[in-house]
Amino acid sequence: MTRVWIAVVIIGAATVALKAAGPVLLGGRELPARVRALVGLLAPALLAALVVTQTLASDRHVVVDARLAGVAAAAATLRLRVPILVAVAVAAAVTAAIRAL
Amino acid sequence: MPIGIAVLLFGVSFGLLARSVGMGRVAPIVMSATTFAGSAQFAAASILHAGGTAAAAILAAVLLNVRYAPISISVADLFGGAAPKRLVQSQLIVDESWALAARGGGRFDRDLLLGAGLLLYPCWVGGTALGVLGGGLLGDPARLGLDAAFPALFLALLVPQLAGRHALAAAVAAAAIALALVPVAPPGIPIVASSAACLIGWRRR
Repeated sequence: MTRVWIAVVIIGAATVALKAAGPVLLGGRELPARVRALVGLLAPALLAALVVTQTLASDRHVVVDARLAGVAAAAATLRLRVPILVAVAVAAAVTAAIRAL
Repeated sequence: MPIGIAVLLFGVSFGLLARSVGMGRVAPIVMSATTFAGSAQFAAASILHAGGTAAAAILAAVLLNVRYAPISISVADLFGGAAPKRLVQSQLIVDESWALAARGGGRFDRDLLLGAGLLLYPCWVGGTALGVLGGGLLGDPARLGLDAAFPALFLALLVPQLAGRHALAAAVAAAAIALALVPVAPPGIPIVASSAACLIGWRRR
């Protein structure tokens, strides 16, 4: 097997296992209230981390580039209570426009 | 639906990248079908392209995907039935489907999670196939600003989650942890470490 296939197979298997971890090991069971309270905070925590890393991280560097302007524009339009997809489109359009300058 | 289009275009760009780095035609499509997690696949392809070993590519991709352990735990109670069924359905968990299904307060909408996953999966795999086979019509997705579309989506889905002091504190702490770790930890680790912010909820109650 080439290194490409070795990587493809092992990464695929590892990802399948990670995604299955919760549903297969805990599946369908109600979690204790205490754990529930923590798990309830996972969504805002992980979403916030995804937002800042995808906006400001480039490999191992924190960089300010056109993405930040796009996401900031999306944040501004979200304040106007527009549909999510309008905000997402604004982010892409603003970012693309700045890169085209 | 437009998120499906964005995922499709990203799939195309992954296919293009994978092809250009010499992964061949079949391996990138197999990878999209089994891994179904964009960031890890881009990282692996880039490392293989730079002459990295399989081990380096695997390490980077697995680190990037470790977040699926806490993510899958957060939705574990939605999955019933036999273990094989839970295993198959759990593969529809991907950042976008999970974020769309979040209802706040730790609740998730099962139909939205699985429905969005079912929509996005063919978009991702099909996009990859288009990119591998078809090619250069689209150009660089960064030129279209698509790389800003995903953080904007996650931001839009984060805002309604911020009801309550704990949620807000967890989000701010997580963002700070993630940003602080970007320069010092390999990609992927900052996001996983940020999940520690949910410990803010531990003492109360």
